Amino acid sequence: MTTAPAIELKGISKAFGPVQANKDISIRVMPGTIHGIIGENGAGKSTLMSILYGFYKADKGEIFIKGNRTQIPDSQAAIAAGIGMVFQHFKLVENFTVLENIILGAEDGRWLKPSIAKARRSLLELADDYGLSVEPDALIQDIGVGMQQRVEILKALYRQADILILDEPTGVLTPAEADQLFRILGRLRAEGKTIILITHKLREIMDITDTVSVMRRGEMTATVKTAQTSPAELAELMVGRKVLLRVDKTPATPGEVILDVQDLRVRDDKGVERLKGVSLQVRAGEVLGIAGVAGNGQSELLEVLGGYAEGTGTITVNGQPLHLSGKNADGQSRRAHGIAHVPEDRQREGLIMEFAAWENVAFGYHHDARYQSGILMNNTAIRSDTEGKMARFDVRPPDPQLAAKNFSGGNQQKIVLAREIERDPDLLLIGQPTRGVDIGAIEFIHQQIIALRDKGKAVLLVSVELDEIMALSDRIAVMFDGNIMGERLPNETDEKELGLLMAGITQ
Amino acid sequence: MDVMPKWAEVILVPLISLLLAAILSALVILAIGEDPIAAVKLMVTGALGSTYGWGYTLYYATNFMFTGLAVSIAFHARLFNIGGEGQAALGGLGVALACLYIPWPHWSLALVGAACAGALFGAAWAAIPAWLQAKRGSHIVITTIMFNFIAASLLNYVLVNLLRPQGSMDPATARFPETVHLPTLHDMLAPLGIEFSRSAPANVSLLVAVAACIFLWFLIWRTRLGYEIRSFGNSESAAKYAGMPPVKIIMVTMMISGGLAGMMAINNVMGEAERLVLNSVEGAGFIGIAVALMGRSHPLGVFVAAILFGFLYQGGAELALWTSIPRELIVVIQALVILFTGALDNMVRMPLERVFLTLRARRAPKPERKEV
Repeated sequence: MTTAPAIELKGISKAFGPVQANKDISIRVMPGTIHGIIGENGAGKSTLMSILYGFYKADKGEIFIKGNRTQIPDSQAAIAAGIGMVFQHFKLVENFTVLENIILGAEDGRWLKPSIAKARRSLLELADDYGLSVEPDALIQDIGVGMQQRVEILKALYRQADILILDEPTGVLTPAEADQLFRILGRLRAEGKTIILITHKLREIMDITDTVSVMRRGEMTATVKTAQTSPAELAELMVGRKVLLRVDKTPATPGEVILDVQDLRVRDDKGVERLKGVSLQVRAGEVLGIAGVAGNGQSELLEVLGGYAEGTGTITVNGQPLHLSGKNADGQSRRAHGIAHVPEDRQREGLIMEFAAWENVAFGYHHDARYQSGILMNNTAIRSDTEGKMARFDVRPPDPQLAAKNFSGGNQQKIVLAREIERDPDLLLIGQPTRGVDIGAIEFIHQQIIALRDKGKAVLLVSVELDEIMALSDRIAVMFDGNIMGERLPNETDEKELGLLMAGITQ
Repeated sequence: MDVMPKWAEVILVPLISLLLAAILSALVILAIGEDPIAAVKLMVTGALGSTYGWGYTLYYATNFMFTGLAVSIAFHARLFNIGGEGQAALGGLGVALACLYIPWPHWSLALVGAACAGALFGAAWAAIPAWLQAKRGSHIVITTIMFNFIAASLLNYVLVNLLRPQGSMDPATARFPETVHLPTLHDMLAPLGIEFSRSAPANVSLLVAVAACIFLWFLIWRTRLGYEIRSFGNSESAAKYAGMPPVKIIMVTMMISGGLAGMMAINNVMGEAERLVLNSVEGAGFIGIAVALMGRSHPLGVFVAAILFGFLYQGGAELALWTSIPRELIVVIQALVILFTGALDNMVRMPLERVFLTLRARRAPKPERKEV
């Protein structure tokens, strides 16, 4: 090969205090290819890309762009070197138009008008060249998530980027939108752009990349041609041991109805209706999976069931009606009804990050009689309970005194799970059980959910990961815009049909 | 992983801050042509060199313990109670009423009664901003500041128009009856054969303040209420998930806070002045904020910080008395201590964290990531 690589990193190392985020990483990305970087949370993918984009400075190592050694002290330098970045959380001004967002920070002079006119012309050209049509005068807040992502890509292209880095780009997209994104990426590759795709989803890597690099614990464990590898092999490289990619489970034996929701409506603070008359049932011994793109009312459903959002309608658990507003609509009374709740966002809701693990084990159950001695809390009892839970749920390190923030995502989730599941609830609400959780822990968490189901408990599972919904659910309900679009059985449907339902399309 | 060991966090950081404040104060004293070493000597002998000095230092420290604890408990719920001044003033009213209108047979009963009355008045005064915060979302910082002014005006009215004895020109209540006179440290230590200055105002309230420190430690770290308060302060969204009622937590926390500030009046009103005068709090409510900041909202830290500020207060008074250093400069020195220990915490913490990191890196040349 005579062409110089578009990007070459040599021996990049970066430490944050005692944590070695990147360790001697070398990588070559050839121009006109899509290069995947896959790894678990905390493997160092984002750190590496932040170094490339000038957010962090590497402790050691060299960066070559198109064969030239380049210093990237800040993002301006990265842009000048032709690197564009599409972040997982878009960096767009909501109440600006598409055009205004595109020229933001790249205005030509003191006056906006000529810049906007010029941007409008180039935008049309870009749209033509890459099939990236957008409405230039629409406000960001009025266009969909897929479109917003397109604006981010256009922003980079407008700045003459020929190397694009996309960080977990499909996290917020429906399957159809993701397919569309991949078509665009294919087109960009055909036009000679170089693309780095960061993801933790094996399927995306297999679908679209030419080469893939696997990161584990700050090191690059392998770089292989995608065509010559398999998902199982990649998973093993990511985790460092063989992993089960599917969940072993027997068919469900549903019993009586545990949770019955009728015509549930919830309004948010601004008065916008987020749940528009949802009805569903979950029986003992089954998992009902709620699929849907984030933000279509699943969070509100969990919140009102968990007792910390108010709504109207009826919810009964074991035949007893729950209060949906007022004094008894709180987490304490929900727990008294035999409902346990693993919330979607463990860092904001499920745990107090500053508290030690043992304090978190009592969280929500601090009124429990066995955690009391007289008017004081029985901290010794809570601590020994925590030790048992940590052993049974394989929490590492098994140190009850360690603050929650010092555990990895997977271990934090295990603490929440241990707390909620060991209450032996009649109904488990569980939101995004494996978000930000490493593959090794995913397997364990999935097994726990199925084990609870097999004990004859009802499980309501909310997840934006369609694979997870397909793997765990006995029935699947799809939510879109505050409504249930329909229910399907996992063996009688496929991702395509669910994807359409998730986009609000019923045939 | 915590970057610094605990001892560095709770001892080294405040100590370095204090040292910096001292150095800067010394420079200021030098700049006006006085000798900083002589000034320090004078402060130390004035505040700690005699039982008289200690008596004043501990008297001030008692005030600061109450107000410092008041700010601390609110901090744990992430509520910023700036209203200690007003709550202590109202507490003074409660103490005065209890002392003037109830015929107590013995000082010990009077102390309990007056402490309850002071706490009740202080708590009631804090309850209004708390309710406004919990129900209407009015920011507690703004409302508690405003309530300091309202308290001052209210007290002015009550003293001038209602409680002033006939014929007196002084906006103050009558002297409390002799039966409610609290034993001073002199009275208490004399039977033990310890000679303590007769004219120093430190009194039995100091023991109440120490008891309050212990009580608060149990409350914060050993009770369900304390657990809920800390949870709420750390993460409101998580507290909601757990089913902890935010309105109740805000109300109860602020009332405990106001109650503690109000209890301060057993020291300054009942123990020292033995009548209620205008501006009896003398800024102790605000010093409480600095004490809580420096004490990291921990009762033990508050205890130590309160004594330090007592020393600064008494030492400062001595400086003003015996040197040509103007009184305003004493305030500057106190402000420097507050600035360094409270506001500029990170200025000391960040370099110190870096030092600890390099030390650790040198000890273990290749920091491996933990198997988690």
